[in-house]
Amino acid sequence: MSKGLPETRTDTAMSELVPEPRPKPAVPMKPVSINSNLLGYVGIDTIIEQMRKKTMKTGFDFNIMVVGQSGLGKSTLVNTLFKSQVSRKASSWNREEKIPKTVEIKAIGHVIEEGGVKMKLTVIDTPGFGDQINNENCWEPIEKYINEQYEKFLKEEVNIARKKRIPDTRVHCCLYFISPTGHSLRPLDLEFMKHLSKVVNIIPVIAKADTMTLEEKSEFKQRVRKELEVNGIEFYPQKEFDEDLEDKTENDKIRQESMPFAVVGSDKEYQVNGKRVLGRKTPWGIIEVENLNHCEFALLRDFVIREKASWALSFHLCQPPPAPLLNEGHFKRCFSLHSSQLLLLQGQALFSAVLVQLTTTVLLSPQ
Amino acid sequence: MDKEYVGFAALPNQLHRKSVKKGFDFTLMVAGESGLGKSTLINSLFLTNLYEDRQVPEASARLSQTLTIERRGVEIEERGVKVKLTLVDTPGFGDSVDCSDCWLPVVKFIEEQFEQYLRDESGLNRKNIQDSRVHCCLYFISPFGRGLRPLDVAFLRAVHEKVNIIPVIGKADALLPQETQALKQKIRDQLKEEEIHIYQFPECDSDEDEDFKRQDAEMKESIPFAVVGSCEVVRDGGNRPVRGRRYSWGTVEVENPHHCDFLNLRRMLVQTHLQDLKEVTHDLLYEGYRARCLQSLARPGARDRASRSKLSRQSATEIPLPMMPLADTEKLIREKDEELRRMQEMLEKMQAQMQQSQAQGEQSDAL
Repeated sequence: MSKGLPETRTDTAMSELVPEPRPKPAVPMKPVSINSNLLGYVGIDTIIEQMRKKTMKTGFDFNIMVVGQSGLGKSTLVNTLFKSQVSRKASSWNREEKIPKTVEIKAIGHVIEEGGVKMKLTVIDTPGFGDQINNENCWEPIEKYINEQYEKFLKEEVNIARKKRIPDTRVHCCLYFISPTGHSLRPLDLEFMKHLSKVVNIIPVIAKADTMTLEEKSEFKQRVRKELEVNGIEFYPQKEFDEDLEDKTENDKIRQESMPFAVVGSDKEYQVNGKRVLGRKTPWGIIEVENLNHCEFALLRDFVIREKASWALSFHLCQPPPAPLLNEGHFKRCFSLHSSQLLLLQGQALFSAVLVQLTTTVLLSPQ
Repeated sequence: MDKEYVGFAALPNQLHRKSVKKGFDFTLMVAGESGLGKSTLINSLFLTNLYEDRQVPEASARLSQTLTIERRGVEIEERGVKVKLTLVDTPGFGDSVDCSDCWLPVVKFIEEQFEQYLRDESGLNRKNIQDSRVHCCLYFISPFGRGLRPLDVAFLRAVHEKVNIIPVIGKADALLPQETQALKQKIRDQLKEEEIHIYQFPECDSDEDEDFKRQDAEMKESIPFAVVGSCEVVRDGGNRPVRGRRYSWGTVEVENPHHCDFLNLRRMLVQTHLQDLKEVTHDLLYEGYRARCLQSLARPGARDRASRSKLSRQSATEIPLPMMPLADTEKLIREKDEELRRMQEMLEKMQAQMQQSQAQGEQSDAL
């Protein structure tokens, strides 16, 4: 195998570079990399800068779906998350629109920019979910929509003459809004998550969490987590996508302690201690949206937007995607689930830190 | 003797003493989705812990649960006045994925109580009728919705002619003052639009003082009542012990009229309108039921149908009489007929006796 190549100095150095082998396609194996000392500055590290420039030019697609009964603050929360009016709020009481009889799917796209990074954000709303007297199978239109997007993407993928950059309308993440009853999940919540947790990344959120005291919140969360576990529902981040031990411990902590996040949303600002903060002004105090003592909005935002760094959107960076496996279904699942763990970057500092991770992933993926 | 003073003025005192000795009984129904703070509010209203050993089943258990009716009785005494309070609870309402017709058991229960009363009233021993009719229904509306939901409308439509409805917005600390006002207005508009008759608090007498009239008007304006319940005692801003809910951003005081309408509800329900609710139940709602029942009985051909149905029980559905088992009405009619016949016989006997004594008198006179 390593004929003609000088032997490696240390086996440990090798194992640092090459992690556990992924399922390998039927191609001849690459020659094992050599760890040779560089005799001068070559400039390999500029690849980070190159990739950053490239990403900034191409931008990101991020499609987020919001599901929950009407009035749980979905639109307000999305607006708060992205600090812009990306979701048409239905909170004006004068609206004459009636609750739709069947679940509708409304996708609204926006382009937002920060620090030179462009993001095409699409918010997919699902009015009518859970609002009828009989909500049997009200999740079916949602499931259908998600699968249709996968179909579309796959069709483009398997084309002979592929587009350079396939428009990605697949649903990357679904925020499911749980009503803060204080008791447990509702049967409809369970049914929805059972049906859709295998198809889309579900991030459960406890809506309008300003109705629960600290004790009530933690009790409720525990019960919800237990119920999800008992029913075999895995929310994002799923255990099977933990890449290494570090990932696993970090994710475990989030999974078992913080999630589901209890959030409060608002688009109004108030003056608190000399600072302008987003909040809700009640007769008994001001609820600050970004104050971790008040609610977990900041955790959710960091989670979805700033931190989750395990992703394999290699095709966005002109890397050929992994060769399709024999079973189309499996391919669809593998590929789409991996690529839907998306990182969005805000701010240069985080950008470079994550790009290092990204670079490593890309360089090491089997060709 | 004092000719001007007869003593009628003491009559109210006699009534008062008598009713205090007799005690009051009152049946209150609470309905609404689970998780809206119904039990907490009841405990707060009557300062008892009626729901101590409650176990709320998990979502998976509630998937196929049908609505049950639970009755809880408690005797409360205050300053020598005894009240036998019966609480009717409706766990499972609005819980399942498919809630079609989930209000039917409630309607049936209310009508059964009327039927029982009708039977007791028409019976022979009418002195100690147990009044188990539902005198008032507190219907809880979610603060998270945008007004009445389709299920709310369906339930209210089904029961508004059979029980006094007082609509209440539960967990009102989820709402800012302007949101509360908007929601109340929306609900009032919807109630008018759907022609749902809620309990009308009677007008003040014209000879009440201005202050009272103003208070009364204020209370009526605040329907539906936006309430917060709590049985915990916390410290408020001035370090005084109050009943309330402590959050990280402030403390909601249950009995503070600026925070919620709890005091209004308690005043109107318990302090001023308890008796009126009973009277309206008896004079309006029960009479309506009774009229409907007896009218359908008196309809021509009803008797023929009744006799035919003795052979086949299924025809009970044909007959418009809602709940009364036909055998019983037959019995009632027969009993009444018997009574009439007996009275007539007695009358005839008396008449005969009179005639005899008259004749004897004449004879003796003649002699």
